[in-house]
Amino acid sequence: MSAAPSSNLNMVEALNRALAEEMERDERVMILGEDVGVDGGVFRVTRGLQERFGKHRVVDTPLAEACIVGASVGLALGGMRPVCEMQFSGFMNFAYGQIQPHLSRFLSRTRGGMRMPVVVRAPSGGGIRALEHHCESEEMSYVSVPGLVVLMPSGPRTAYGLLKSAIRSEEPVIFFEPKSIYRAFREEVPVDGEPYPIGKAEILREGGDLTIVTWGAMVRRCREAAGRAAAATGAGIEIVDLLTLKPMDPEAVMGSVRKSGRCVVVHEAPRTGGFAGEIFARISEREDVFHGLRAPLARVTSFDVPYPLFARENAYLPDVERIEAQILKTLKA
Amino acid sequence: MVRVLDEDGRLLVPKPPLPDDRVAGLYRHMVRARRFDARMLKLQRQGRIGTFAPCFGQEAAQVGSIAACEATDWFVPSFRELGCALYRGATMRNILLYAMGLEEGSVAPKGARDLPISIPVGGQSSHAVGLAWAMKLRGEKAGAIVYFGDGATSEGIIHESMNFAGVMGLGVVFLCQNNQWAISTPRARQSADRPLADRAAAYGFPGVVVDGNDLLAVHGVCAEAMARARSGGGPTLVEAFTYRRGVHTTADDPRVYRSEAEEKSWESRDPVDRARKYLEGRGAWDGKRETALEEAIDAEMAAEVRAAEDYRATGVNPLQMFDFVYVSMPPYLQMQRDEAEEAFRGRNVVVGASAPWKPGGAAAVGQLEEAPPEEDRPEKPR
Repeated sequence: MSAAPSSNLNMVEALNRALAEEMERDERVMILGEDVGVDGGVFRVTRGLQERFGKHRVVDTPLAEACIVGASVGLALGGMRPVCEMQFSGFMNFAYGQIQPHLSRFLSRTRGGMRMPVVVRAPSGGGIRALEHHCESEEMSYVSVPGLVVLMPSGPRTAYGLLKSAIRSEEPVIFFEPKSIYRAFREEVPVDGEPYPIGKAEILREGGDLTIVTWGAMVRRCREAAGRAAAATGAGIEIVDLLTLKPMDPEAVMGSVRKSGRCVVVHEAPRTGGFAGEIFARISEREDVFHGLRAPLARVTSFDVPYPLFARENAYLPDVERIEAQILKTLKA
Repeated sequence: MVRVLDEDGRLLVPKPPLPDDRVAGLYRHMVRARRFDARMLKLQRQGRIGTFAPCFGQEAAQVGSIAACEATDWFVPSFRELGCALYRGATMRNILLYAMGLEEGSVAPKGARDLPISIPVGGQSSHAVGLAWAMKLRGEKAGAIVYFGDGATSEGIIHESMNFAGVMGLGVVFLCQNNQWAISTPRARQSADRPLADRAAAYGFPGVVVDGNDLLAVHGVCAEAMARARSGGGPTLVEAFTYRRGVHTTADDPRVYRSEAEEKSWESRDPVDRARKYLEGRGAWDGKRETALEEAIDAEMAAEVRAAEDYRATGVNPLQMFDFVYVSMPPYLQMQRDEAEEAFRGRNVVVGASAPWKPGGAAAVGQLEEAPPEEDRPEKPR
């Protein structure tokens, strides 16, 4: 018996543990993708899993994103539970022709007859000085597709719990891993712990004057900005970490904004067509929330420009300064 | 496999296919690519530039093929063609700027038929199809050469492009640098058994396997293929059989997936050594010329590294990211640009800059063409 496994994990280790435990639990679970086997994935999320579970369950595929997802559709129909890895979400565009027309629609097309228990994992987001197409936040390309579940954890603990839920889910799940926090910090992660439920947001700090809605790597930046703004003004600032973008928690945002009357949404994706717009629409549709607003709804996002090469990425992404400035402005409004 | 030189640089054919001074000229380009590639690797390890994909070991496949192109032919790279880019006239400074995370480095010399780096694997092959098509429609005797690796041959778009070019009889040379590894995936796991060049038969055009570490063989095969492309003879698939001697990119660690013994076995087949031995055997090269060449390259590199670092330190306008999204700036984007200008005031938001950017600062003037002038913008044909 080896020493008890550590429970203080970074996000890479937490995802690796979730994958290993789910593969142990259900022999239909398999991993496929580019460099996921011998190499353990370019971010090492699948490290050691091929050695442990064999080449037939952790499979190095040819370089073919469309067929990795398309084959996963077939694997699922054939009784497996594939977890496929897209090396970077920027390369997932090649697979979009399988995700949108097929993965998302099989259940509906067959009136419930054919389920798609497939997870598509993809590192997403920027902030690591990577190359072109290695940094985008493309969640809206998938949130806008009916039939898909879209998840984005914000740290080791939620990554572990959400990935377990994703693998056990009967729905097709797009699982975005914010790569800038892969190794940024550690959290307590249990052994054989519980899945974190899909569709449930988390309230990270409570307060009655302003609500920040955010997800993924922006959660940390919002915490810092909220801390600074709260210290400067004494205002109560609440943070809602969505975790599931689709289907979004129906009450967490509404309850918080009804209480605070002020809402700032922060996301890494570009502004136009970003998820902030959807959140604002839902607030506007709810009379009880809308009529209680005390300030214009506001968003801090990346700009409507292609993700720049890394010299300008700090200028592109929402940073703590921009978030804090917006919090102060909305508090004053 | 087509070969002209054996591994020791001895001629396998009765007559030298190229004059010695021409071969020496190509050899200089190979050394320049190798030396600059090694310098970039050092700069990356020192944290002075970002991630890049070295071309170490593929200099003959790159220089030999690109040298078979005319300036009027289109050069369509993937992301590892440092040797080709330098040959085509890209400056070291621009290559460094790109590796420093600055789009300014993607600006080709005025009028050059050189496309920028393309990262999504294989996608650029279809652009070469369109370029060759346009040349045909406009009656120009020009072809397109597109570079990709053995990994890319698994992507659907490579099939689509080759099929399209075959059906339409377009002048594309599909130059597959089979360097044996796609990150950790070996050639044998990429495609079942047959030589990659065999696929050409199914598309109805010639496919050739050439020793990619043999400068003269690569050049000969590509010269013939490009001549066919220019004269309406249709596409060719060239599989240059070579080896990626270094890392996939600077973010990769090959020790995880391949053996030192394998890497060693390719040392003796090195393309630069082979070309030098050939030239020495012909009496067309010696240690003195080698030293002089190295000194000239080192001086060029020192100046270019300085120029790139100077520009980055004070010349980078962060707001430039707004300026080329559309040909004419939409009002809502202009609002965002104004908002950003306000948010960045007095702050240094550029990675690697030594101070906040000041409009009209000394370093910005005359040191870099920040963008091609209006008449060169992509919406207007050159």
